[in-house]
Amino acid sequence: MLSRSGVPTKKQLEAVKPAPERLAQGPVVIVECFQEIPCDPCYTSCKSGCFLPFEDINDLPRMDLDQCNGCGTCIGACPGLAIFMVDETYSETEALVTIPWEFRPLPVEGSEVTGLDREGKALIPVTVRKVRPSARKNGAYLLTLVVPKEYAFEVRSIKN
Amino acid sequence: MYNTEILVIGGGPAGLKASLSAAEKGALVTLVERDGHLGGQLVKQTHMFFGSKAQYASERGFNIATKLGGQVAAHPRINVLKNATALGYYEDGVVSLEVEKRFETISFRAMIMATGAQENTLLFPNCELPGIYGAGAVQTLMNVHGVVPGRRVAMVGAGNIGVIVSYQLLQAGVQVPAIIEALPEIGAYHVHASKVRRMGVPIYTSHTVLTAHGRERVEKITYAQIDQNRQPLPGTERELEVDVLCIAVGLTPLTEILFQAGCRMDYIPELGGHVPLRSDTFETSVPGIFIAGDAGGIEEASAAMVEGSIAGLCAAAKLGYGLDAYPGALAAARRELDALRNGPAGKHIRSGLEKLAAPGEVKG
Amino acid sequence: MRIYNHPLLEFKKGEAITFQFDGETIEGYRGEPIAAALHAAGVRTLSHSRSYNRPRGFWCAIGNCSSCNMRVNGVPNVRTCVEPLQEGMIVETQTGRGELDV
Repeated sequence: MLSRSGVPTKKQLEAVKPAPERLAQGPVVIVECFQEIPCDPCYTSCKSGCFLPFEDINDLPRMDLDQCNGCGTCIGACPGLAIFMVDETYSETEALVTIPWEFRPLPVEGSEVTGLDREGKALIPVTVRKVRPSARKNGAYLLTLVVPKEYAFEVRSIKN
Repeated sequence: MYNTEILVIGGGPAGLKASLSAAEKGALVTLVERDGHLGGQLVKQTHMFFGSKAQYASERGFNIATKLGGQVAAHPRINVLKNATALGYYEDGVVSLEVEKRFETISFRAMIMATGAQENTLLFPNCELPGIYGAGAVQTLMNVHGVVPGRRVAMVGAGNIGVIVSYQLLQAGVQVPAIIEALPEIGAYHVHASKVRRMGVPIYTSHTVLTAHGRERVEKITYAQIDQNRQPLPGTERELEVDVLCIAVGLTPLTEILFQAGCRMDYIPELGGHVPLRSDTFETSVPGIFIAGDAGGIEEASAAMVEGSIAGLCAAAKLGYGLDAYPGALAAARRELDALRNGPAGKHIRSGLEKLAAPGEVKG
Repeated sequence: MRIYNHPLLEFKKGEAITFQFDGETIEGYRGEPIAAALHAAGVRTLSHSRSYNRPRGFWCAIGNCSSCNMRVNGVPNVRTCVEPLQEGMIVETQTGRGELDV
């Protein structure tokens, strides 16, 4: 249970997983936000209309994922670092997974690191494709990792 | 003797916003801060804030501190006294101060208490060994002074402070082998907990520290699972080697001056301890003394900022400033505060506030 | 130990200086709290308790609790977690309440 373990349940994660048709179109955000807290910068930061207006600031975010253009702005705006991006169109066998990262040293582009799951357990080696600063230019970075497709919804952190 | 119209005690988020709010309406404000810099606990917060744009969502706490501190320093009607500790309150509307080690006094027409809170302690054998520190202390050491607290730090408490400081320890290159929480559930925002879980930090709910071990400093702790009566379950004891143990078990409002001034106080556990009774305009039972932020009830920085704005607005109005816009401005600020509190995350605060009667009302 | 490569924070320090701690020369930065400089140098025990002579370090680190009281330049009960470090300060561990030389 999320409130005991700090880790979202399978059911919660299923609810925010985009439909296969959308995943087949290109990069799309995965918003792993499951608790009603007063917070709405995902909505205010999005320029493509993917996030719908909040009626009450405590609402969970609602998305129209067809509007998501994969820009990643919301990943750097989310104070909970709860937004990730998956691009299943990268290759036949691999997906790109983009995660927020606020640690040093930064991994080197092209290097191999260990992909970790939501409990920090080592899963598989992944390659760091891109390291870019968050649009907010506040010390956070977005790491884009090349991940075997079957792990695209498991890898959410790395060991550098 | 200093003279001012509105004395604000405490230069953290509530006090900074109170000063700006009152000064904007035309009042002369003196802000007294015991530290050498403004910002209170904001300066140590490296995470992005929640809330909405009005409460600086997505901005890092220390950047908000710089922004607000800059606005206050630049304001022509705000006089800031740093390294200035308020010592006592006297019936003739005078507060005594220690300013840069000199004794001073200040007279005022209204006062806003924004003194924040202090960390709670936890009692267990050897709890006073060097290396056993409050979580705020570890945060201060790391984020203000740039000193590594230890190599291997266990955290007691999975509220927002415990989990946030654990994450900050990881950012400082420190190992966090465990977060130990007595309650069956994590009190922190779940997203804060998820951040540290995916870096490999385990969170043990329904667990508590039994003993610390060490001669000159903490070297090891024994912790165990507990039942619903908080009794350790035999056979679940485990040992953990640490060189620092961080205690994040809640905050208590800093209220000595309110007691001294004769404000009616009540003990409300949901708000962290003794807090002053206050009206809708954040005025305590002593006319002219207002309250804002954690000193009135433990909550969040976002709420402290909005409360500070309201208290500043109301204190200024009491002195006759900003009366035209007052009803509208007060209503808007109250709506902002209520929006922050009305969700499930605000349940605890709301039930605490309901228990507090307004001054003049007799509590049944 | 000092933090050198923090992801988000820069630490502006005053001039590097030295001071005395129980007869030893220690390095620190002007203006930082004495207890921070001591901690960076590996010193954890700041005083000993009155009745049982138990080691004490700091607790709150912002001047609320008095756990960090030490003798500084002959003056007892200085809250070292907030007292700014100066060049050549003589800092000593204190046992119990401390004594004032009059």
